[in-house]
Amino acid sequence: MPYSEKVMDHFTNPRNMGELTCPSGVGTVGNAQCGDIMRVYLDIDEAGVIRDVKFKTFGCAAAVATSSMATELVKGKTIHEALRITNKAVCEALDGLPPIKIHCSLLAEEAIHAALWDYAEKHNITIEGLSKPKSDIHEEEEDEEY
Amino acid sequence: MTNKSALPVAPEKEEAMTRQIYLDNAATTKVLPAVVYEMLPYYTEGYGNPSSLYTFGQQARTALTNARERIARHLNAREQDLYFTSGGTESDNWALKETAFAYADKGKHIITSAIEHHAITHSCEWLKKHGFEITYLKVDEFGLIDPAVFEAAIRPDTTLASIIFANNEIGTIQPIKELAAIAHAHGLVFHTDAVQALANVRIDVADLDVDMLSASAHKFHGPKGIGFLYIRKGIKTRSFMDGGAQERKRRAGTENVPSIMGMAKALDICMDLFDERMELETRLRELLINRILAEVPYSRLNGHRSERLPGNTNFSFEFVEGESLLLTLEQKGILASSGSACASGSLDPSHVLLAIGLPHEIAHGSLRLTIGEDITTDDINFTVDTIKEVVSRLRAMSPLYEDFIAGKKPVSAVSHAHTLEH
Repeated sequence: MPYSEKVMDHFTNPRNMGELTCPSGVGTVGNAQCGDIMRVYLDIDEAGVIRDVKFKTFGCAAAVATSSMATELVKGKTIHEALRITNKAVCEALDGLPPIKIHCSLLAEEAIHAALWDYAEKHNITIEGLSKPKSDIHEEEEDEEY
Repeated sequence: MTNKSALPVAPEKEEAMTRQIYLDNAATTKVLPAVVYEMLPYYTEGYGNPSSLYTFGQQARTALTNARERIARHLNAREQDLYFTSGGTESDNWALKETAFAYADKGKHIITSAIEHHAITHSCEWLKKHGFEITYLKVDEFGLIDPAVFEAAIRPDTTLASIIFANNEIGTIQPIKELAAIAHAHGLVFHTDAVQALANVRIDVADLDVDMLSASAHKFHGPKGIGFLYIRKGIKTRSFMDGGAQERKRRAGTENVPSIMGMAKALDICMDLFDERMELETRLRELLINRILAEVPYSRLNGHRSERLPGNTNFSFEFVEGESLLLTLEQKGILASSGSACASGSLDPSHVLLAIGLPHEIAHGSLRLTIGEDITTDDINFTVDTIKEVVSRLRAMSPLYEDFIAGKKPVSAVSHAHTLEH
């Protein structure tokens, strides 16, 4: 699997790995059957700034690296800034992913959105531009041709 | 007990800068130096075409005959019944496709198993597109085929059965003699893919009474790109390659003389040292299995506890994913293989692991370690210590493990007979 040096770095030394004891929002996406699950914890202050973020991931190296990079990118950002961080940005920040691993970056984006959704629900607010995340992004993918 | 390699190694071999422990001998093996020396003269000196009539060509033919005789002797086969091919995949394709068509007037039903190599399953898929019906026999939780289930699947229009001798992922060895006897009692042609088995299991084609058998040299320290198909006299099959009259007009193409010589030499060495190799590999396999199951919680052994290849181990570690495991092990110098989807480049985990009943999430966390003759007790102990460390690091990152510890989800495989709970 030809991974970039950045992917291997974030896989080997993941940033923000762990959990938060009192998170403002938690989101879990993916599916163990497909081989990857990501969980993101957010700590958001009154001003709507993401003060801290942690993740846990069950999955391949690309899944770990995209979670690590996505958490790096949203840390210290406002909710609205965080929402604008797409899977493409995560991919680019990692110097690209093999085509078959692009879905991992989508999963990372979804995990952030799921955690924000959970925060919005808990605080009874609406975040503009945020829709309820899908629980399983693999639904859209096609199986390998047999 | 000595830790020395059971096979001759190159005298100049020195410890590399980073210690590399190659535990993927089911993928391919090192070509032995003695094998290379056997091959070299047939590139630069005796390079004649065995089909040429002058002496220079006939010398190559003589070498070819000699290699064929030596290989046949190890299998207790008639030398005329061995056909050299480009390897296991070609042998399997030939055996399945061309034999199915050769007997198509009698029937179009073929029986195989759910745990075959893709060279067989994809050939079966191809045959299905060409009007054949395929039955995939289920296996038990250890990967064994029940002979009674095989017999029950035979129909009046069944012509061919193909069963893998020893599985490439989980190492389970099938009761081939018994299955061949059942096939013959019903007039079927019986083929076995022995790519993993040859040189690791004693094979006597006459005693086993198999009709066709596939093999590949690079699995037993020979070169890549060479193998053979054994076809017992009297078995009808069509030619897979059209062209010249080589291989008794059944497989066209100039014979790969250097590789064939290398294959014969590799098999000679492996069979001469058969007992030492089996003793070493089995002892190391048992050490590996016993330590992993005792020291890594929520791990299980896939495959049969005793009816398995001497060098094969296959484990599942719950809550971790195979590719992450492989890459981390590689960083520590350990080369292995996994049945996870990510490692295979598809979205589905190994069909073999699913066939023995593993749930997808457990199959994703599988690790195959296949032992070769260069491996030492120290290598195995280092590997186990490293796996313990890596698995616990990956579990600390795993939301599945977090949920399990919090008591949120039941664990599916921990009740399995091969699993030790901690």
